[in-house]
Amino acid sequence: MTSYLVRRVAGALVILMIISAITFYLFYAVPRDPARAFCGKICQPETLALIRHNLGMDEPLFVQYWHWLAGIFTGREFVQFGECPAPCLGYSFATQEPVFGAIVDRFPVTLSLTLGASVVILAFGIMTGMIAAWKVGQPLDKIASASSVVGASLQIYFVGPLLAFYLVDTLQLIPRPSYVPITENPLDWFTHLLLPWVVLSIIFTANYTRMTRSQMVEQLAEDYVRTARAKGMSSRSVFFRFAWRGAMIPIVTIFGVDLATLLGGAIITEQTFSLHGIGELAVRAVQNTDLPMLLGVTIVGAAAIVLLNILVDVLYAFIDPRVRLS
Amino acid sequence: MTTVSWSSEPGTSRGPGPFLSVRDLSVEFSTEDGIVHAVDNLSFDLEKGTTLGIVGESGSGKSVTNLAILGLHDPAHTKIGGEIWLEDQELISADRTTMEKLRGNRVAMIFQDPLTALSPFHTIGRQIGEVYRKHKGASKKEARDRAVEMLRRVGIPQPETRVDHYPHEFSGGMRQRAMIAMALVCDPDLLIADEPTTALDVTVQAQILDLLKELQQQFGTAIILITHDLGVVAGTADNVMVMYAGRAAERGTVREVLREPRHPYTWGLLSSMPRLNSSVDVPLMPVRGTPPSLLNPPSGCPFHPRCDYPKLAGPELCFNQRPSISPETGHGDACYLTLEQKRELRTAKTEDHA
Ligand SMILES: Nc1ncnc2c1ncn2[C@@H]1O[C@H](COP(=O)(O)OP(=O)(O)O)[C@@H](O)[C@H]1O
Ligand code: SF4
Ligand SMILES: [Mg+2]
Repeated sequence: MTSYLVRRVAGALVILMIISAITFYLFYAVPRDPARAFCGKICQPETLALIRHNLGMDEPLFVQYWHWLAGIFTGREFVQFGECPAPCLGYSFATQEPVFGAIVDRFPVTLSLTLGASVVILAFGIMTGMIAAWKVGQPLDKIASASSVVGASLQIYFVGPLLAFYLVDTLQLIPRPSYVPITENPLDWFTHLLLPWVVLSIIFTANYTRMTRSQMVEQLAEDYVRTARAKGMSSRSVFFRFAWRGAMIPIVTIFGVDLATLLGGAIITEQTFSLHGIGELAVRAVQNTDLPMLLGVTIVGAAAIVLLNILVDVLYAFIDPRVRLS
Repeated sequence: MTTVSWSSEPGTSRGPGPFLSVRDLSVEFSTEDGIVHAVDNLSFDLEKGTTLGIVGESGSGKSVTNLAILGLHDPAHTKIGGEIWLEDQELISADRTTMEKLRGNRVAMIFQDPLTALSPFHTIGRQIGEVYRKHKGASKKEARDRAVEMLRRVGIPQPETRVDHYPHEFSGGMRQRAMIAMALVCDPDLLIADEPTTALDVTVQAQILDLLKELQQQFGTAIILITHDLGVVAGTADNVMVMYAGRAAERGTVREVLREPRHPYTWGLLSSMPRLNSSVDVPLMPVRGTPPSLLNPPSGCPFHPRCDYPKLAGPELCFNQRPSISPETGHGDACYLTLEQKRELRTAKTEDHA
């Protein structure tokens, strides 16, 4: 287990390096010159060259990349901005703030949003899928199936404002979405994120309902389920103690894949509710061609996904004893 | 669900009879393509401590028959008729809790492929112990001890450690032994073994069959041994029933059916059986043609499309009228040929073969 984790993390680091190198190359290969932005209206070529030098942009690309990479571990010294302690992801071209600090500030928002939505998706999707499978062919099953079709066709930027209008403005059931740190007030944290969670999870939940239902139905036709019944197990305990484990295996796999999409959905959700998370940071960085910020957000996002995937694989091994972590 | 008039009230006691008695059993599945007549008017008996071999090509209704005994068919899609008496208890009309108490306890079943038939998610010990806890109300500790004991009894080495292993950590033969341990954990009166050796290689097959015999001698369990291989039956069973298209084609003691087979289908099965003492280049003669569709079974004798003898027996009868098994007890078969004709044809066949 430990050696497995060590190897997975090492592999993840290699992947992250490759991702960062490619991103670095792609971003810095764009024709727009960020140094211009610092140069002002009347820009002398000498000034521009100086700014380039100060930003470290007059060096060959791979040297720049090397500095960037080394900065994460050892910190960096910028002529323009001064000392940048490790882990250093550089300074934002747009706001001049340290990239790492900006990400750390906003990370809890996105994390709360994504984790909360994951809980809603899994808990709700699996529960309704189970109910549908338990009552296969009966009204409850049909309701679950129908609503999952509707849910899957909804869009965040449509449902978000709509629900906000009804639940927040008209009925005033819940407060307007914002981020209250959980350390400050857990209840407010919860109530203020409730709507974003629901909105972000709606499209995914439907999928999980459907998958859970079909997986359960499939598992119930398996030989080992018949054996369990031949042993005298009641349908109920066959369903809840045997079949669900087989059904969860593909669900966990798909969830690992969905994590990236979920993060994408989180960005849209942040936009929809003006939450100041990583998503907002990313969108703004794109608008401003803020290369250090973009790179930072990309690499942190990638790291989160890779890490969560390792977690999912460990979880997988817990559910299925046939999977050996080696 | 049952369509048969009762000889006595369901669930009430009746006079002393065979330990297990299946009367006029029919099982129909409603499917998208129509009604599958999987078992049609099947009757047979089984005495305590004996083994009945049920033989037939795949699709002849062997598994369906035995799943009906355990009540494991999905009632939403299945119509079951007839009666199944286990001593003085009728099983088709029995309620859900009665059947749940019976399964794994008085009647246990082992399946063809122990890899898929065991749960991949639970240890062998837990899967065995669970049955014991459910039916005997044993504690976790008692159930585990019992599982170890059962594993030892079926010949699994180091049962104390093996008990905590998962099925995928066992070999095929060991898995089937574990499956047998699980089936026998509550000392059932009736064990149904559905092709228990089909998925195993030959040497392991023999070991498993020996184990079953040995356990039967020790505990007096009645066994229904389902197989498509008459060779398996020859060494293991007391009585045989040959099934064709959901019906009994022939029944009798192993000696009767294997030495003096009467039904042309049984001849076919026997000649398709490789013999250890025959020279290698004697060609096997499988039954020609394919098993009939049970959506639309042939009229008359279900075997007639594949049979060489309707002319001899009387085509009118073979094609139109269903033969019933006769005589009613002892060695009987469902074919219109006369006993004389059967004897002559059989002698001619075996001479061909020699
Ligand atoms: N649940 C079911 N629904 C529809 N048809 C079935 C079902 N179970 C079995 N059958 C059909 O019943 C026939 C007998 O099957 P089975 O008893 O499994 O044969 P076997 O003798 O090989 O054990 C086959 O034609 C099979 O396709
Ligand atoms: S009854 Fe007729 S068709 Fe059927 S097995 Fe006998 S001879 Fe063949
Ligand atoms: Mg079968």
